[in-house]
Amino acid sequence: MSDTEQSRPARRFTIGGALLTLLTILAAVIWFIPIYWAIVTSLRADQATVTEFTLWPSEPTLAGYIFGITNSKLPIWYLNSTITSVVITFVAVFTAASTGYAISQLRFPGRRLLWWIILASFMIPVPALIVNHFVIVANTNMLNTYQGIILPMLLTPVTVIVYKGFFDGLPKEYREAAVMDGASEYQLFYRVFLPMNWGVTTAMAIITFIGAWNSFLWPFLAVQSEEMMTVTVGITAVQDAFGVAYGRVLSGAVMASLPVALAYLLFQRRVTQAIALSAGIKG
Amino acid sequence: MAFRRQELTAALVFVAPFLLVYGWMFIWPTIQMVRLSFTNAPLIGAGDWVGFANYTKMWGDRVFHNAIWNTGYFVLLTVIPGTAIALLIALMVARLRGWLQSMVLAFFFLPFILPVTVVYVIWDWLTNVQFGILQAVIEPIMGRSINVWRTLPWFMPGVAIITIWWTNGFSILLFLAGLRNIPRDLYEAAALDGATNWQMFTRITWPLIWPITVLCLTIQLILQLKIFDQVYLFAQGGRTQTTMVMVQYIYESAFVKNQGGYAAAAAVMLFVFVAVISVLQFQLLRARGQR
Repeated sequence: MSDTEQSRPARRFTIGGALLTLLTILAAVIWFIPIYWAIVTSLRADQATVTEFTLWPSEPTLAGYIFGITNSKLPIWYLNSTITSVVITFVAVFTAASTGYAISQLRFPGRRLLWWIILASFMIPVPALIVNHFVIVANTNMLNTYQGIILPMLLTPVTVIVYKGFFDGLPKEYREAAVMDGASEYQLFYRVFLPMNWGVTTAMAIITFIGAWNSFLWPFLAVQSEEMMTVTVGITAVQDAFGVAYGRVLSGAVMASLPVALAYLLFQRRVTQAIALSAGIKG
Repeated sequence: MAFRRQELTAALVFVAPFLLVYGWMFIWPTIQMVRLSFTNAPLIGAGDWVGFANYTKMWGDRVFHNAIWNTGYFVLLTVIPGTAIALLIALMVARLRGWLQSMVLAFFFLPFILPVTVVYVIWDWLTNVQFGILQAVIEPIMGRSINVWRTLPWFMPGVAIITIWWTNGFSILLFLAGLRNIPRDLYEAAALDGATNWQMFTRITWPLIWPITVLCLTIQLILQLKIFDQVYLFAQGGRTQTTMVMVQYIYESAFVKNQGGYAAAAAVMLFVFVAVISVLQFQLLRARGQR
C-alpha cells in the first residue's frame, strides 16, 4: 500500500493488489458520477430529464445548449469572463514576476520590509475585505465595469512568493556576468531571467486563469446589471429564469466549465506543477 | 550599504505596479476596514464614531453566534476528514502506473477546477427531492426522500461532503508529490528486513509525509474558515439565519442590511479568528511533528 517505486516493472501480481486496484478504479468512477450525470442530463430532451434515468439519453439532443445560447445572455457573459480572466492573468502574473525578480535579484532599500508584508498578507482573509473593496469601487464609479471586477482580483501574493523562490534558486553568477557584458536591467529581466522559467510562468498563468474564471463572491458583488455578469455568476441567474428545466440549467453549467476543463485537460502537468509550487513544495 | 543607481531605478520600476495594486486594494482597505468598524456608517456614505458599540452589539447577537458555530462546525466536518480522505486516495493512486494512474487521478482532480456555481447546479440536481439520483441512496436508509437543503441537520454535513468532493484534488496532488519524494531504497531496505506493508506505512510513509499533512491541514483550515459561496448558494430562497457562516454574516450586514460599519466590525472579527487560529494550529502541528 505504501509502495511508491516508480520506474520499476510492475510488482508481482497478487490477488490483494488486484482487488485494491479495482477498488481504486471504482472509487474514481464514483467520484466522477456527479459530473457524468450532469453531462448526460444536459443532453436529454426537456421531458426526458425527469422521466428517463438511463446511463445514456435515448435521444441525445443539444436543445438545452441551443436554448441557453439563444435565450439567455450567456454569449455576453462568456465574453465578459474571457476579457476579465485574460486581463487578470496577464497583469497579475506579470506584476508578480517582476516583483519576485526585484526582491530576489536587486538590492534596494525596503526590500526586506516588502517581503515581510507579502508573507504576512497570507494571514488576511480576502473575503473580509469585500465591504471596503465595494466602497472603493463604488466611490470611483467602477461598479458594473471590467475594471471594477478586475482590480480586487489582482491580489496574488502567492505568485510573487513562487517567483521569488524560483529566482532565488538561480546562481548569482548569471546576473553578474550579464551586468559585466553591459546588459541593462530591463534586458536582463526580459531576455535572461523570464525566458529561463517559461514553465513556471505558463503554470502560474493557467492556474491564475482558472482561479479568475471561477471566482464567484467578488464578481457577484461588483456587478448588478445582467450585461456585465461573468459566466460563473450568470448561470445561477439562468437557473432562476429557466425554472425547473434542469436540462437547460445543466447545459449552461457544462458550457461555463468548458474553458477551465479544457485548460486543465490540455495542461495537466502544468496545473499539477502550479499547485505544488503554490504550496511551496517540489512537484 | 551602497546601492547602484541603475539598480535602484530598475527595482522601483519592477515593484511599482505591484505596490500600486497592493496599496490600493489591500493595505488601504485593511486600514479602512478597522476605521469603519468603529462607526455606524451605512455601506456607502459617512457615519459617526461609535467606539466599540458594533462589537458589543455583535457579541450579543444570536445570529452572530450561529455564524461562529456553523463556521466552526463546517471546519470540523471538512478539514481533518477531507485531508484523511485525500491521503487515502493519494496512497491508492500512487500504487498505479502509467495511463491508468493519469486517468484515475484526472477523475479525482476534475471537480477541483469547476466553478462553484457549477458545483452547486450539479449537486442541486443530484439531491433534487423528486428526481435526484441521490434520493435512491437516501430513501432506503431514511425511509423517505429528503430535501437536504431545507432540513437543518442535513445542511452543513451536505455542504461539507460536496466541499470535500470539490476541493480534495488539491490535497491529493500535494500528497502524491510528497509520496514521490520518498526515496525508494527506504522501502527496499525495509522489505529486506521483512517489514509488513503496515509497518512500512507507519514507520516510513507516515513520518515522512507528515510535513505535507501539516501543509494540507493548514491550507484547508484557512480556506474553509472563509466558507461562503456554497452555503450562500444552497441556502438561497430559504431562511439563512440558522445556516449563517461568518463571511455570510459580513455579506448580509453590508449588502442586505446596508450597515457598513457593523459589517466592517464583523470582518475584523473574522480577520482576528483566522489569524489566531492559524498561528495556534501552526504551533500545535509543529510541536506534534517534533515529538
